[in-house]
Amino acid sequence: MSSMKNFTTAITFFLAIIAPLVIVTVALRQPDGENPQLEALKAKYPIEHQAGVDHSKMEILQQDFQNPHEITAACLSCHTERGHELMQSAHFTWEREAYIPGRGVTYLGKKNLLNNFCTGVQSNEGSCMKCHAGYGWDDKEFDFENQYNIDCIVCHDNTGTYKKAGGGAGYPVMGENGPDFKNILANVGQPKSENCGACHFTGGGGNNVKHGDLEMALLTAGRDVDVHMGVDGSNMSCVDCHTAENHVMKGRYYGVSSTNTQRMSCEECHTEFPHQKSILNEHSIKVSCQSCHIPVYAKVNPTKMFWDWSTATRKKDGKGFEVLDEEGNQVYASIKGDFEWKKNVVPEYMWFNGTADHHLMTDRVDTTQPFLKINTLNGEYRDRDSKIIPVKVHRGRQPYDTENLTIIQAKLWDKEKGKGALWLDLEWERAIEEGMAYVDMPYSGKHDFVATEMYLPVNHMVSDASEAVSCKECHTPENGRLAALNDFYMPGRDRNELLDFTGKMLLILSLFGVVVHAVIRIISARQSKLQQTH
Amino acid sequence: MNKNSKKAYVYKGFERFWHWNQALLIFLLAITGFEIHSSYHLLGYETAVDLHNKSAWAFIILIIFAIFWHFTTGEWKQYIPTTENLRAQAEFYLFGIFRNAPHPTKKTVISKLNPLQRLVYLGLKVLIIPVMVVSGLLYMFYRYPQDGGIEFITIDNLEIIALIHTFGAFILMAFVIVHLYLITTGHTITSNLKAMITGWEELDADENEAEKKDNEDAKM
Repeated sequence: MSSMKNFTTAITFFLAIIAPLVIVTVALRQPDGENPQLEALKAKYPIEHQAGVDHSKMEILQQDFQNPHEITAACLSCHTERGHELMQSAHFTWEREAYIPGRGVTYLGKKNLLNNFCTGVQSNEGSCMKCHAGYGWDDKEFDFENQYNIDCIVCHDNTGTYKKAGGGAGYPVMGENGPDFKNILANVGQPKSENCGACHFTGGGGNNVKHGDLEMALLTAGRDVDVHMGVDGSNMSCVDCHTAENHVMKGRYYGVSSTNTQRMSCEECHTEFPHQKSILNEHSIKVSCQSCHIPVYAKVNPTKMFWDWSTATRKKDGKGFEVLDEEGNQVYASIKGDFEWKKNVVPEYMWFNGTADHHLMTDRVDTTQPFLKINTLNGEYRDRDSKIIPVKVHRGRQPYDTENLTIIQAKLWDKEKGKGALWLDLEWERAIEEGMAYVDMPYSGKHDFVATEMYLPVNHMVSDASEAVSCKECHTPENGRLAALNDFYMPGRDRNELLDFTGKMLLILSLFGVVVHAVIRIISARQSKLQQTH
Repeated sequence: MNKNSKKAYVYKGFERFWHWNQALLIFLLAITGFEIHSSYHLLGYETAVDLHNKSAWAFIILIIFAIFWHFTTGEWKQYIPTTENLRAQAEFYLFGIFRNAPHPTKKTVISKLNPLQRLVYLGLKVLIIPVMVVSGLLYMFYRYPQDGGIEFITIDNLEIIALIHTFGAFILMAFVIVHLYLITTGHTITSNLKAMITGWEELDADENEAEKKDNEDAKM
């Protein structure tokens, strides 16, 4: 009987103490092993694209081309429909048809939008169109309907020797100093990252100036900078992700785009459930992949964070000058004003549903606001299409008309001095007059500078999973990454102060109560003992 | 063994299994829960969340078994509230206990809870624990405002769920503090604890005898 009881006691102890511990330990074991999904992708992407055609065997390409339009004509003689395709592409039109709530159908793009870097292309086409996939766009007269104005090789040159001329409105250097077109045409193919990067890495006037997550270093850096493009990793190229159908690329830049269409997404390869832990997959309902997997951007070279046009046009000894910081970054230039640069930048976070609005040249400046949003990323917690995304916020001060309350498009560039270009003449008034006249906007003659912000979603420089943003970087009461997103309750960050105070008081009072009770018990027990002994 | 008391098997095997597992799980849930609440940093946030969720499931399974046990054994009747002796019991904890007065409620195998315990444990069972389980499940399965998902539990804001869950946690912690202390208020300091570990406890054979015994004790 007694041994039976001992046995029962032992069993109970086992069930009560040991079993739960074992269960908890087993349950807490991390899922190990490789992620099969990731392994499949790693096997797929290093396979190199094999061209189906050897262009060096094409007779029509064996000419001594003197005119780049003829090159395009030669391309289109075989690729007969590509010209029409490309004429519909934003790489050529620099605008898109888009419905924006409150505005209706709009035709917006780099062609006519403002920004807070060089402020806009209009009246500066001769220089800006170095990055246009076309030839000869140097004023409003450019013919977008002529397919021979397309520049095919800027994207399809695989030799890396094709260059558009500075200030050439998109034309390359031709003649003796020009590149070896025969060699280039013998080696055309799918665009390489270098082709895309020639423009997309240098937006804003230099390497990594604009985006912060797109720069030359991606061509040579390892997985520590970008897990996809790392040369010691999958070594992927831009077009591996940014696939194109009929020359329409996947991917959106919301400085110029407005609609939730044709977006590139991580999910296309990694699916909506890429994690082995369901709690991480659950986050992806409201948090974009980029938010955690791009903990910092501008990992190699700094990016421009602030641009103050109001200090431009200063002169030293009657001449423009520039100032460099210790690291060689230009922090002042007479032609552009003051700059701030930053490396390894922690992004800011915003809700975004894939639609954006833009401050148009015709929109009014609201001077009661602390700053003006050049573009607005739409989204909020309650919006079911919104996710939190990492954003580079580029802040600046740029000219506006204090009477008409419009943002000013100034003329910055010209081939020669004396035509009002700010960068040559270092004089605001004339530059503004010329620029505003070009865009057919009135100018009151009075200008000042207004603080502006521009929001550039960060999508590249994805870090290794081991470096992803950890829970505590957001789920923390102070200075978390999401401290600025206040339209929802987040565990670990938010609390109700009154409830917490009440709860703490409840615990303190309970503890106080039992301690007092215990003390009285001990004292009264002693006293009764004393009484008994007496 | 004192001749005026008899040893009785008060807490059955399952009951003790349930009690100690519940204790362990509430401990784990509290440790991890308040870390999730950012009250302190101990295990790491991810581990805390993971452990909290797993403990929650273990607790729910345990509760299902406990409910089954309570109804099949009729033990649920132990928690039927009564006002009889309620005042006396309160007075005992407030005054009598210091004068070494006898427990006003006789503990027997079929009625092992005093009226205060009945009220408090019933409150835990029908109010606090269900509120914690329901708010906890909503916390877990809370649907962010999103397409698809389970529409009828779409809740726009986690805040109300989180605050209820937090409030319940504070109440439970206050209960645990008082409960742990009250362990020591049995016949001897450790008799309650021993009873919950072994199942056996010395119970008064009969009320009159018990009083007699107490009187004898006082005379000694």
